[in-house]
Amino acid sequence: MADRRYSKTHEWVTVDGKNVTVGITDFAQSQLGDVVFLDLPKPGRKLEAGEAFGVVESVKAASDLYSPVGGRVTAVNELLAAKPELINSDPYGDGWILKVELAGQLPELLDEAEYKKFAEAAGH
Amino acid sequence: MVDFGGWELPQQYSSIRDEHFAVRKAAGLFDISHMGRFRVSGDGALEYLQGLLTNDLAQIGPGRAQYHLMCNEDGGVLDDLVVYWGEEDFLVVVNASNREKDLAWMLGHAPSGVDIVDRTFELALVALQGPKAEAILPSSGVADIPYFGFRPGEVAGTSALISRTGYTGEDGFEVFVEAAQAGEVWDRLLEAGAADGLLPAGLGARDATRLEAALRLYGNDMDESVNPYEAGLGWTVKLGKGDFVGRQALAAVKESGPKRALIGLTTAPGDIGRHGAVVSSGGRRIGAITSGTHSFFLGHPIALAMVEAASFRVGEPMVVEVRGREARAEVVKLPFYRGSARSAAAAKS
Repeated sequence: MADRRYSKTHEWVTVDGKNVTVGITDFAQSQLGDVVFLDLPKPGRKLEAGEAFGVVESVKAASDLYSPVGGRVTAVNELLAAKPELINSDPYGDGWILKVELAGQLPELLDEAEYKKFAEAAGH
Repeated sequence: MVDFGGWELPQQYSSIRDEHFAVRKAAGLFDISHMGRFRVSGDGALEYLQGLLTNDLAQIGPGRAQYHLMCNEDGGVLDDLVVYWGEEDFLVVVNASNREKDLAWMLGHAPSGVDIVDRTFELALVALQGPKAEAILPSSGVADIPYFGFRPGEVAGTSALISRTGYTGEDGFEVFVEAAQAGEVWDRLLEAGAADGLLPAGLGARDATRLEAALRLYGNDMDESVNPYEAGLGWTVKLGKGDFVGRQALAAVKESGPKRALIGLTTAPGDIGRHGAVVSSGGRRIGAITSGTHSFFLGHPIALAMVEAASFRVGEPMVVEVRGREARAEVVKLPFYRGSARSAAAAKS
């Protein structure tokens, strides 16, 4: 499995050549609480790195989702429409959100240890 | 953990969804020790409370509890609370966020001979709520306690005051114990209910269940700028019982009719109207959402909204602001869900 990289807005990516999978981190889902709905883009949409691409609604609040990478959306996890709780139960697996075809360079992102430190600081 | 009126409370123990379903299908256990609790005693205590609160204590008696509002002279709601009429004194349970304000107000209105003592930090309060609460509660004879009745008893070997009240729309009990025993009672209750599906439940499940039952939350659905008739709580105001703080103003509101009304709205899945979201009808802004959440149990979002009174009609389409866009909403009858709580009429007597 490819290494996961993390953004400071609590998304994760895995990269396989030009194919990038995007989700939100376990820390993010635990902070959001039970997810009830996701407002997501359609495949084909072009995203800039750092652009808000959708919204995750939890019981507590609506939060924007940001793409850690620039590129074109090639797939959206359709399971999430019926089972948004996959974000909570399996954020790094079946709870993936988008697949993006990378345009340009992969931006600077945090590795596991760096993100862990960052999330711990954010959690207190 | 979230801050709630200065108390650190868990939003959830496991998952809001699971805890919410447990309360509706089996039972949930809430730690509500943050609620303010005052002991009111003395020869003039009954008369004093009658002159301070909106409901009529003459309709109950020792061993019974009653829901009240405490209003200011203008008829604005200072707090909603429950009065427990004990053998020797009254126990008044108020919202955590209003405890200090309420205590100052109550002391300011108390005549000599009436004693008011804040017992919040000596007593713990846990709520066992759900259709299986009666079967789970390890205490003998609780089946005989009527809705909004209470009595002293023993829970898990500890002296307790056991009250058939709650804030979820379900049958259940609120159990007052000395703070030092709270941990033991909590653990024993969870053990007693484990086989029946009892779960510890946090603020998230408490908010969702109270909202489904259309029970008002002070600070969201009402405050000092709202009168009881606007909040749909006119049934707690007994204008005929004699004078009380706010009576004159409230009689005038009743005479002219309230200008606003608290209504129930539902929206499509995903369109959660949050507190403060604008509500419109026919292109015109008519009010705002006061409480809104996704109801896991009902499968769609629900909301209470304070709107111009004339605009209220069940089935009518409305528009609610959700994430900066307009979402369709429909006016529905309250409550959104009627749980196992014993006859609501008994609570209103």
